[in-house]
Amino acid sequence: MRARAIGRMVAWRLLFAVPLLLIVTAVMFALAKVSPFDPVRQYLGDRASLTSSEVVEQIRRNWGLDRPVLEQYLTWLGNLLRGELGDSRSLHRPVAEIIGERLGWTLLMVGLALVLMLVAGLVVGTLAAWRENSWLDRAISGGALANEAAPVFWFALIVISVFAVRLGWFPAGGLTDPAATSITPGDVAHHLVLPCLVLAVSQSSWLVLFARESVLGVLREDFVVGARARGLRERTVLVRHALRSALLPYITLIGVRMPELVTGAILVETVFSWPGVASVSVEAALAVDFPLLAAVTLLGTLAVLLGNLVADVCHVLADPRTVADA
Amino acid sequence: MREVAGTRRPYGHRVALAVLAILAVAVLVVPPIAQVDQRLVDLSAAGLPPSFAHPFGTDELGRDVLLRSLYGLRVSALIGLAAAVTGVILGTAVGLLAGSLGGLADRLLMRVADGVQALPHLLAGIFVVALFAPGVVAVVVSVGVTHWLTTARIVRSEVLSLRSRTFVEAAIGGGAGRARIVFRHYLPHLLPQIMLASVLLIPHAIWHETALSFLGLGLPPHLASLGNMISDGQRSLLTGHWWSSVFPGLFIFVPTLAISVVARRLRDRLSPRRRSELTL
Repeated sequence: MRARAIGRMVAWRLLFAVPLLLIVTAVMFALAKVSPFDPVRQYLGDRASLTSSEVVEQIRRNWGLDRPVLEQYLTWLGNLLRGELGDSRSLHRPVAEIIGERLGWTLLMVGLALVLMLVAGLVVGTLAAWRENSWLDRAISGGALANEAAPVFWFALIVISVFAVRLGWFPAGGLTDPAATSITPGDVAHHLVLPCLVLAVSQSSWLVLFARESVLGVLREDFVVGARARGLRERTVLVRHALRSALLPYITLIGVRMPELVTGAILVETVFSWPGVASVSVEAALAVDFPLLAAVTLLGTLAVLLGNLVADVCHVLADPRTVADA
Repeated sequence: MREVAGTRRPYGHRVALAVLAILAVAVLVVPPIAQVDQRLVDLSAAGLPPSFAHPFGTDELGRDVLLRSLYGLRVSALIGLAAAVTGVILGTAVGLLAGSLGGLADRLLMRVADGVQALPHLLAGIFVVALFAPGVVAVVVSVGVTHWLTTARIVRSEVLSLRSRTFVEAAIGGGAGRARIVFRHYLPHLLPQIMLASVLLIPHAIWHETALSFLGLGLPPHLASLGNMISDGQRSLLTGHWWSSVFPGLFIFVPTLAISVVARRLRDRLSPRRRSELTL
């Protein structure tokens, strides 16, 4: 029964994702078309002034740039659907290959950060709610508010300055030691600590405040008052009763936070020179590399849609009541 | 969302307003009367730590970090303001169109809004800036096109509830055209919400501009923008010169915090029932 409901929800969501992705690709393509950058001129670079106009025309024809815009769009879309992402114009390699070798590193860092921030956000938020209006609560809430105002790249630089430059505990960036000849798990883990922590902390203030509100709300409900009246231990009340109900709205936050997470990943990967797929968007943008940039942007959009879907599925799994209106 | 402890004290927003006022005065007054040119390169004073003569130290070219940060804040605040106004105008237009036209137009516009929502803002901004020459206009446009959703949703839902109110029906009955109803009846009612939305958007817009500049995709490098300064300071950070990137960041952090404290206060005073929708 529940499996069927989830299946139906997933199917619906995928169905809705199709027009959405169509809009995104259409907007991207339209922007590229009205952009003042000429891909042919860019491809030729310094040779542009030396190349005869016939050759330029030939390249244009080879690339299909002389076809009607709609036809160009449909061709591009067809290629995307067949998984042909084209070649990167700046790195001169297939886009799929670049994404393939970088995606894993991003997933590793973002995945770890996600787990870390969800758990830490819940624990810290619950602590604040448990001791409402105490100095602890004030410190946590104030800290969360301040944390939200701090730009992640600035925060990352402060962390590097303290933990990498001053204390020298962790490396300032990169995936492995510059002298290393192979990738060892220990080396990567050592380099992973700072970016992962920075990403988790910078994203967690919202989660902390939400968890606090959520637990505060539940703590006022009758069944919690009842549990206390029955003389249950405070820890049992907090963990078994309050936390369990507060967890439900919290789960959906994974989906809501997805766009911010992608944004955070772009900045953190860039600051720490982490060779992931998010920072490649910056490199592609600096080189006006449309095929690569378009692929990464689409990937970001897909990540957001997928995150929403996963959050909703988790919600249905955790709360049987939602099956009816899913 | 209820207020958090940090802002519950009644003087929190006053402190925030005072800080904002001081910063505004500093930004407006210091550049014209400063005796030193912020672009002045003095290699003999390069990389000096904070001292009495240079409270925030100097950068790797010997420029005073405090003075340059004030110039940077000026640039960032102006661009943030322009971008926030762009986003709010766009959002208001979309919300008014969707709400007053209804039907197919409404559904179409809201689907587009969903589409933009699914795009990570910074990624969309990077995309726009990359394809159009980086610069002030590209940054303002890229922030504007990614930050109109909240305003559009608020305006639309407000218009939907206004549409069935008696005074609007009376206006329609009196033969008022669609444009007249939108401008004379809807807009005045929406003004407080729109103003609040723009105030809330300013820190976002400043953040967005600084992030783009930090990535090298924003303002031209010679312009003293906060993002450029933090990015420049990144190089000397590894040699222990933390001040040339940490202090400029303070000029983003402090005003953002102050504005969010004031905005929370405004939100509670102006429209208690809209709290949840306007949460950052």
